[in-house]
Amino acid sequence: MPAEPVIRLAHLGKHYETGAGPVPVLTDVSLDIEPAEFVAIMGPSGSGKSTLMNILGCLDAQSGGTYVFEGRDVGALNRDQLADLRNRAIGFVFQGFNLLPRATLLDNVALPLVYAGVGKSERLPRAGRMLEHVGLGPYAASLPGQISGGQQQRVAIARALVNRPRLILADEPTGNLDRRTSQEIMGLLRQLNAEEGITIVLVTHDPDIAANAGRLVQLVDGQVAHDGQLPRRVPGRRSA
Amino acid sequence: MKIGPLLSEAWQAMGANRLRTFLTMLGMMIGVGAVIMMLAVGQGARDLVDRSIVSMGRNLFVVLAGSATASGVRLGTGNVPTLTLGDAEALEQVPTVGAVVPILPGTAQVVYGANNWGTNVLGTTPRFLDVRNWRLSAGLPFNDSDMRSATQVALLGQTVVKNLFGDEDPVGKTVRIGKSPYVVMGTLAAKGQSLDGRDQDDAVLIPVTTAQRKLFGSQFQGSVRFMIAQAASAEAMPAAERDMTQLLRQRHRLADGVDNDFSIRNLTALVNTAAETTRTMSLMLGAIASISLLVGGIGIMNIMLVSVTDRTQEIGIRCATGARARDIRLQFLLEALILSVVGCLVGVFLGVGGGLLVSLVARMAVVVTLSSVVVASLVAAGVGIFFGLYPADKAARLKPMDALRYQ
Repeated sequence: MPAEPVIRLAHLGKHYETGAGPVPVLTDVSLDIEPAEFVAIMGPSGSGKSTLMNILGCLDAQSGGTYVFEGRDVGALNRDQLADLRNRAIGFVFQGFNLLPRATLLDNVALPLVYAGVGKSERLPRAGRMLEHVGLGPYAASLPGQISGGQQQRVAIARALVNRPRLILADEPTGNLDRRTSQEIMGLLRQLNAEEGITIVLVTHDPDIAANAGRLVQLVDGQVAHDGQLPRRVPGRRSA
Repeated sequence: MKIGPLLSEAWQAMGANRLRTFLTMLGMMIGVGAVIMMLAVGQGARDLVDRSIVSMGRNLFVVLAGSATASGVRLGTGNVPTLTLGDAEALEQVPTVGAVVPILPGTAQVVYGANNWGTNVLGTTPRFLDVRNWRLSAGLPFNDSDMRSATQVALLGQTVVKNLFGDEDPVGKTVRIGKSPYVVMGTLAAKGQSLDGRDQDDAVLIPVTTAQRKLFGSQFQGSVRFMIAQAASAEAMPAAERDMTQLLRQRHRLADGVDNDFSIRNLTALVNTAAETTRTMSLMLGAIASISLLVGGIGIMNIMLVSVTDRTQEIGIRCATGARARDIRLQFLLEALILSVVGCLVGVFLGVGGGLLVSLVARMAVVVTLSSVVVASLVAAGVGIFFGLYPADKAARLKPMDALRYQ
């Protein structure tokens, strides 16, 4: 593929310092993720999935190796540049939704635009369109506590999308949701990947959820144990 | 990042915990209110002293006739007639001295029609009015020719006018002082109380020559009890005192080693002491009040620190969506600033209201100055920023990862 990979990891390592000495979490991860890929990362507890996601999301720094995002060496960026990257290039979807409890859904979705310096006259309509896109237009003035978990996760996806990122990082996005809602959320992610070409990296421990992706990476003990394509799903997906 | 969304977010955050917000602001309100009130009380006291200084006149000395010792009995000052009109004229020629006003005081009964009033009668010269900074409210002062010929004319203070004339216009009327008739040439403007509480308006001025020859004449032939001397300037006061002492010793033919038969007192020094005292008092009041402002600021810091801990996860979410360290810092700083500014505004009202209450209840002079309000507000805003900085910085330094994971 001529295009530059979105993510290129080379011998990435991460250890945490504890009183008993360094505890390695990621030992040697090398991985390329191309534009418009949908990658699922699986692995047992403690295999380093979440740590890898935090590093990919520029929320945490690696201890060794290199992480190149769209051609830029992330290790060489300062805090403000990292914040900028999170703001403009990456959207997060968390297991716990992580919405601001006191802000309306509209304000929650508009948050990245605030930090991007988008003016109010453009910010709110854009956030409103994004809420409509995930099917929650009528709830714009509600608070997160007033809607269901599945709806909250859709708000979180709207927030992740509002600044038109190239990469969405979803860390156990369906972990707190029932099966039906989970499939709805996965449908939405798949649609974004297929129709808008957004690269998606998904962490899950549920093979059914992972089956939505086009590629599966297995992590064991901080290393890539398996990396391969998944069979393309039949288009007639379960109803959303 | 724009201030607009930050403001509304700060407003939301404070609204989410109203009691805490109010209690935090309370510290600021009391602090600012106390500072403004205390400064107002201090300013009131200073204004009172300043008015007394102006009403007395500036750069003044009192030259008192000396004390005499008769057979071991030491009499008080002014009992020996050592100062004369000649002394006054001679002192006035000294370059460091601006004006010298001889005074021969006494008390006398003043009668007009059916009314009579016992008052202080001062025999003096026309310059008395300049030196004491005293204007006439009606009529004309007596002049030098009145002095030379010892005319029986008088200027009445407002208290005397009120007691003898009521609403009647006294100028041109004739009153009896002691046993002789005097024409009222004018009335003195009201001057109020002196620092020691004497009514300065309860006085009648007549030419010193008239007082010597006709009213108190038998007691002090050609002499005066004391003189008020005004130095040419504030800087010339020490020189004036030295020059006057020298000249009077010479005129009184006092040999070296003989004590002065007069004494010179620096009136301004006394008043300066009073001014200094009130200044110290208002500084002290302000300092005590400032401590409450400081405590209010510490309250803000305390609450902001709690707030940062409470909202760690929120900070993490903001970081994940692209907030930079300075966005986070600005947000918490703005909250601290709003707390202190709103607290301060209420405090200004409390302070001004409290000042008015004090002046009503305690009958004290209370002067709220604009500068005290401005200074208190600026200090409050400064305190808010200063004590908001540390918590805001703490919030901004959180690692996005740790903040997100915090429960």
